[in-house]
Amino acid sequence: MINQNSKTLLEVRGLHANVNGIEILKGVDLTVKSGEIHAIMGLNGSGKSTFAKILAGHPAYEVTAGTIIFNDQNLFDLEPEERARAGVFLAFQYPIEIPGVANNQFLRLAYNTVQSQRGKEELDPLEFDDFVREKMKLLEMSPDFLDRSVNEGFSGGEKKRNEILQMALLEPKLAILDETDSGLDIDALRIVANGVNQLTNKDNATILVTHYQRLLDYIVPDYVHVMESGRIIKTSGKELAKELEAHGYDWINTDDRGNTAGVRP
Amino acid sequence: MSAATSPSYLDHLVQSWQKPSTSSWLDQLRANAMDSAGALRIPTTQDEEWRFTDISPLSQLPYPVAPTTFKIQLSDIKHYYLEEASCRLVFVDGQFVPEFSHIAHDAGAIIGNLSSLLPTHGDTIARYLGQLAEFKTDVFTALNTAFLRDSACIIIPMNKSVTTPIHLLFISRQTEVTSYPRCLLIAEAGSHATIIEDYITTEAASYVTNSVVEMNLADSAHINHTRVQRDNQQAFHIGNCTVSLAHASQYHSVSITLGASISRYNLNVILSGEGAECATDGLILISERQLADTHTFIDHAKPHGKSRQLHKCIVDGMAHGVFNGKIIVRPHAQLTDSAQLSRNLLLTNKARIDTKPQLEIFADDVKCAHGATVGQLDKEEIFYLKSRGLSDLAARNLLTYAFGGEVIDRIPISSLKRQLEEVVLARTQIS
Repeated sequence: MINQNSKTLLEVRGLHANVNGIEILKGVDLTVKSGEIHAIMGLNGSGKSTFAKILAGHPAYEVTAGTIIFNDQNLFDLEPEERARAGVFLAFQYPIEIPGVANNQFLRLAYNTVQSQRGKEELDPLEFDDFVREKMKLLEMSPDFLDRSVNEGFSGGEKKRNEILQMALLEPKLAILDETDSGLDIDALRIVANGVNQLTNKDNATILVTHYQRLLDYIVPDYVHVMESGRIIKTSGKELAKELEAHGYDWINTDDRGNTAGVRP
Repeated sequence: MSAATSPSYLDHLVQSWQKPSTSSWLDQLRANAMDSAGALRIPTTQDEEWRFTDISPLSQLPYPVAPTTFKIQLSDIKHYYLEEASCRLVFVDGQFVPEFSHIAHDAGAIIGNLSSLLPTHGDTIARYLGQLAEFKTDVFTALNTAFLRDSACIIIPMNKSVTTPIHLLFISRQTEVTSYPRCLLIAEAGSHATIIEDYITTEAASYVTNSVVEMNLADSAHINHTRVQRDNQQAFHIGNCTVSLAHASQYHSVSITLGASISRYNLNVILSGEGAECATDGLILISERQLADTHTFIDHAKPHGKSRQLHKCIVDGMAHGVFNGKIIVRPHAQLTDSAQLSRNLLLTNKARIDTKPQLEIFADDVKCAHGATVGQLDKEEIFYLKSRGLSDLAARNLLTYAFGGEVIDRIPISSLKRQLEEVVLARTQIS
C-alpha cells in the first residue's frame, strides 16, 4: 500500500555493477517505502536477478558506482549476514540444497541467530518445533519437511515454499523475491502468494522480481518497474504488468527508454 | 626405498609363523595361506593399486602376533557399547573375550567365535571360510589367513530376520603387535541382519591391524554392514572385506574411517546373482599427517544388478585421502544400473586428495553414472546460509559438518550415529 508519509526503507541511486568484469547494472535508481510492494519485470539478462543478489550481498558481484541506503544505513557497509539480521531477505530463485543438514536444524539456527542479534529471545528445539509448525500451516507444508535435509529432493514448489517459510520466520523489513513464481504450478503459486500476502504489512516492503505477470495476479504490486540492459526504463502502477503481458516488452516505446525511471514519480 | 624393506618385513612374519601341528582343514588353510604369503610381496607405490598409498612405514614394523589377551577393564570400553545391539562379540587384539561378549539367546542366529562354533557348525564354516577372501593374490589377506586364530562367525538361518544389530567390537590393547581380526558371515536365503564392525583402541601407541571379513549373501538375503575404524593416530590398519551377492540379495554398507596413521580398506562386492543390489557408502575424515585409502571394487557379474555409492573424504591438516572406486559391468550383466559419486573436501591447502572413479563397462544396455568433485566449501552454499543471518564461520562449520553428516546419516543405528556425529562435529568445527 502506498503511503507518502511512510518511511523510506530502500534508496538505490546510480547503481552500477559488474560480474566477471562485465557491466550488468548500468545506473539503477529505486526508492521503496515501507508498506509498498514493487515488481521489477524484464527479460532474461536485463539485470533484475543481479540487482536482487546485490541487495543481499552476493560476493560474485562487484559494485562499481552508486549508493544503496537501507533503513538509514549504508548497505555496502554490511556483510550478507549483517544485512539479513538488519532485515534484508532474499528468496532465492534456485534455493540451495544442503544434504546432511536437517531443515529444522537450519531453520532454528537461522531464526535464533537473527533473534539474538535483534535482542530477542531464542527458542529451544521444542519451542521452535511448535513455532515453526504453526508457520508451516501458512504455506500448507507438511511437517515432514522439518526432518529432511535442507531443500534436498524438494520439488521446485517445495523449495519455494521453504523460502517463504524462512521469510515468515525471519520477519524481514525488506523481502526480495527472486523469480519465486518460476517453476510453480498454479496451486503452488497460489499458496506461495497467499503466504507472502499474509506476511506483508505497513511496516515492511517487498520487491518481486519476475519475468511474468502471472504472480502479480496474486500479489498485487503498488509499482511495476521494467528493467532493461541494467537500468529501470519504465515505472508505473500495477496496470503496466497487464500491458506488458498483452504487448510484450517491445511495446515500451522508445521514448520511455531514455527516461529516468525508478525514482518516485 | 620400500622395496628394500618389504622382503625383510615378510620374512620376519613368515619366520614367526608356527607350522600347524594337525592336518585339519583349518590348519591346511593356514598352511596354504602361508605358502601364498611367502610367494607374494608387500606392495609398493610402484604397484598401480597402491600408487598413492606408501605403506613403507608399515613394512618397517614386522610386529609379532599379539600374545595372549591382556586384561581390559569394562570401564575402558563400556562407552563403545551400542544400546540397540542385543548381540556383541568382543575381540581384544584379535582374540575372543567371552566375558565382555553377549549373545542373546533369542537372537535367531548362530553367533559366536570360531572355536566355539567349530564343533557344531564346522562343516558349514569349512565350506565358506577363506573362500571369498583372496589369499592367493593379496598378501595381507594371506597373512591374516595364515595367522588366523579366531574369528567372529555369524550364520543367519534361512528366512530369519535378526531385528537388532550384531556388534563386533575389535579392540587393540597391546602396542607393537599385529592383530588379525576376522569375520565370517553366512546369510542364508531370505535372511536379514545388521552387522557393525567396529575397530577401537584403548592405547595411544603403535600397533598393526590386519583384518579380513567375508560375507556370503544367499538369494534374497539383506545385510546392512556398518564399518567404523577409529584406531589411534599411531596405528596401521589394513582391512579387506569381500561380499558375494546371490540372486536378489541386498547389501548396504557404510564405512567410516577416522583413525590410524596409515589405513587402507579394500571392499570387494561381487554381484554374482541376477538382480542383486548394493549400496557402498563411505566417509574418510582425517587430519594432521594421516593417510587413509579406500579401494572399492563392485563387480556386476550378472544382469539386472544395481549399485549405489557415495564416498566422501574430508581432509584436514597435511593429511592425504585416497579413493579408488572400480566398477566392472561384465559382458552379460545387461540392465545394470550403477551410480557412483566421490565427493571430497579439502580443509587446508596442504591437505591432499587422490580420487579415481574407474568404470569398465562390457555390456551395452546399462545405466552407469559416476562423478568426482574435489574442492573447498561451495561458495553458493556459504552465501545462502549467510543470507539467512549465519556468520561466515557458522556457515562454514555447518557445511563441513553436513558434508560428513550426509554419510553418517545413512547408518541405521541411532546410538552409533550420535557417537559419530559428535566426532564429526568435534573434528570439523573451528571456533
